[in-house]
Amino acid sequence: MLTAILTGFLFSIFLVFAGRFFKGKLSLLASLIPLGLFIYFFQFIGPVSNGEVIMRSYQWIPSFGVDLGFKLDGLSLLFSLLISGIGFLVFFYTSSYLKGHQYLDRFYGYLASFMGAMLGLVLSDNMITLFVFWELTSITSFFLIGFNNTSGASRRSALTALGITGIGGLLLLAGALLLNNISGTYSISEMLSMSEAIGDHEHYLTVVLLIFGAAFTKSAQFPFHFWLPGAMKAPTPVSTYLHSATMVKAGVYLLMRFTPVLGGDNIWNTSLLVVGGITMLYSAVHTIFRTDLKGILAYSTISALGILVFLTGLGTREAFLAAAVFIIVHALYKATLFLVTGIIDHQTHTRDVTRLAGLNKVMLPVGIAGILAAISSAGIPPTIGFVGKELTYEASFHSETLMILLMVAIVLTKIFLLYAGFVAGIKPFIGKLPEEHAQVKSPDFVLWTPPLLLAILGLVFGVAPFIIDTPIIKPVVEAMGADASEIHLALWHGFNTVFILSLITIGIGTALYFIIKPSEKLEAAAGRFEFISPESLYERFNRIFIDVSNFWTDFFQNGYLRNYISIIILFLVVLVGYILIGSTNFVIDYHSLSRITVYEITATLILIAGIFYTVFTQSRLAAVVAMGVVGLAICLIFVFYSAPDLAMTQFSIDTLTVILFVLVLYKLPKYLKLSDYKTRLRDGILSAVFGLLVATLALQVIAEPVNKEIGEYYAQNAYLEAHGKNVVNVILVDFRGVDTLIEISVLSIAAVGVFGLMKLRLKMADRKRYQDSQK
Amino acid sequence: MEILIAIMIGFLYASGIYMMLRRSLVKLIIGIILLGNGANLLIFFLGRITKGAPPIIPGDAKVFTEAFADPVPQALILTAIVISFGLQSFAIVLVKRAHTVVRTDDLDEMNATDEDS
Repeated sequence: MLTAILTGFLFSIFLVFAGRFFKGKLSLLASLIPLGLFIYFFQFIGPVSNGEVIMRSYQWIPSFGVDLGFKLDGLSLLFSLLISGIGFLVFFYTSSYLKGHQYLDRFYGYLASFMGAMLGLVLSDNMITLFVFWELTSITSFFLIGFNNTSGASRRSALTALGITGIGGLLLLAGALLLNNISGTYSISEMLSMSEAIGDHEHYLTVVLLIFGAAFTKSAQFPFHFWLPGAMKAPTPVSTYLHSATMVKAGVYLLMRFTPVLGGDNIWNTSLLVVGGITMLYSAVHTIFRTDLKGILAYSTISALGILVFLTGLGTREAFLAAAVFIIVHALYKATLFLVTGIIDHQTHTRDVTRLAGLNKVMLPVGIAGILAAISSAGIPPTIGFVGKELTYEASFHSETLMILLMVAIVLTKIFLLYAGFVAGIKPFIGKLPEEHAQVKSPDFVLWTPPLLLAILGLVFGVAPFIIDTPIIKPVVEAMGADASEIHLALWHGFNTVFILSLITIGIGTALYFIIKPSEKLEAAAGRFEFISPESLYERFNRIFIDVSNFWTDFFQNGYLRNYISIIILFLVVLVGYILIGSTNFVIDYHSLSRITVYEITATLILIAGIFYTVFTQSRLAAVVAMGVVGLAICLIFVFYSAPDLAMTQFSIDTLTVILFVLVLYKLPKYLKLSDYKTRLRDGILSAVFGLLVATLALQVIAEPVNKEIGEYYAQNAYLEAHGKNVVNVILVDFRGVDTLIEISVLSIAAVGVFGLMKLRLKMADRKRYQDSQK
Repeated sequence: MEILIAIMIGFLYASGIYMMLRRSLVKLIIGIILLGNGANLLIFFLGRITKGAPPIIPGDAKVFTEAFADPVPQALILTAIVISFGLQSFAIVLVKRAHTVVRTDDLDEMNATDEDS
């Protein structure tokens, strides 16, 4: 099973090296991989329908309880078959759809990786593995949506999709960690037996919200639905595969998978009903306001996902059955409609439904597929769509609470979906062929076989629903934790309320199709409410986020050195000052201090005078000299306190610095007063407070005991080991000799730099150019 | 006496920071030098000050017999003084060079890398 999951990834790695062979005729061969996988999963139908659950586990990080645990039950099998089956058709279709595309190999690589990730997602039994594959589908989806990377809109949509689904992925991870905290395991099958304990836990609500967050973002539920219409910027095979048949159903899959673990609770069911209900109705109505075929399909897909969430929320056996059937129904007709749209786009170069009609005359097989899919989506017998719709109605009809409200919502949704299906599947093919499309060529058979096959399957399953009921549907309902022994799908359920509702739906929907013509006007009308749509709110949020970041950066990274220093110093003063004031008592033990002599007072006065003169003088030369005086005062302190070497060094370096300063800078113009009084006062206060802080700190440190061990060591060994009597010198040239060597190198580098700067002569041209630019 | 040295350190730090907050390049360098002096004095001070007992072993002895000043801070500061000289001389020459090229001492006029701004 691991091999099956990894095949997709291995193939895409293989394409990195051998991609160029797959750009031409050989590209059809790529579709053999999903076909092989489909056959592989197909053979599990027998065992799984007998109630067998196939488990495979490979060690990954045993110490964290994370393993590559895979589980194949009814639910996983249904999804695996959809992924590999529709994957095969999409791969096949792509080879003609993107024939001769420069990056066809890359496209197949992304698609194959996506397929692997998706299979991993639906087969994982370990929550961490599930999370990893979940994120992989988001990432591959990002690349696929942004496949037309020269288009700005594509890139933006890809980013939006990644952003929304990425947030969901993080929520899933948080949910997994919390669940592990509660149950002590990452394995979903083990959680099944702890369902009650999890339900009673105080963090139950948090877990549910996290899982909802993941599922709703992935499955484009309101108010996170807007990334999906944007994702339609991707090439049509991607829309078919990811954004209608497989990836967007991952959220629904997650909900279904966790229904036995977390479900049954009032919060769980009600939230799903509400969110699913709003989503299905909101986006079903939205289809009226679109003229782009893909836009219509995108909104009807969101609506269908809403129905699935809604059914999961109903939580009854009938609802699960309806959901399982509806997954198949939707995958079959929606994939067909997308593929048909892709063909129309490919041949006529437009997807504007107002400009399409009568294409039957130029592409009959495509038309048949489109019309069959539309009928299935409308739920007209004898298609599987009818079976699905009857089950959905029945499940809602038998709801114990708010039955009327639920029925109204679901019937309205179905009416609008019927309209959407007709517009997308029938309208382009009937009526009079417009002049502009008279020359349209019939598509390649590689293009039209996949949709036709899917559409015919929808018909076959409708006529003979027993083909799928026991082998596929029953295990799915079982996997969701309901008793499935009495399940028999049938086309004809008898003449009852549900059937009457079906008739009403079909009647009103068809009428709607003839009354409302998709037009630019309607689209524009919807545009007026754009400013309160979640999408524009999301974009506004993004813009505010960027503005705040810009402001933040501009404020702190404004390019003025003094602002950086001010902020750092201010922060330091406030932080350290706060602690100092809170925790010290400022008592100085005068007896422990040494006596003050007149020399020291003199040195201090010289230093302070020097500092004041340096700071306040108007002459640069005077400032430099005063600075020299400050250095000499420090020199005196060194002399008083037993540091002759320091005194000598300080003296010579100080003198050198002053000389260098004077030599180099005496030519510069006079100091200018560049800042105003207020700024200087502000800086002065800040500096004074900082000086006070450092002085206080120094006195506080002095009051603590000191460790002189290192000094003792050097002093004891200076003569005995290094044969020198001046300990400071011995440390520098002997004990730490290598450090001094490095220090000398640093000085030499500085000297080279100084020399270079002095000797550097800018070319006259450069200088002239600069001076010109200054004028 | 400790209090006097603490006051000196405070003054050196305060004046150093104040000068670094000015817009003139030359003042910036002076500020760095003052701050460096303050730091040296602080290290010296924190190693505890001792009067009249340099860390030099008396002529005929092999080890110290009396109290002596801690040599470690002194070695550190000696290194620091020399290194800061390297920094200062480089900075001074850089200011000079910058001045000959852009004809200004004002940091604010130098903070764009584009020639035309």
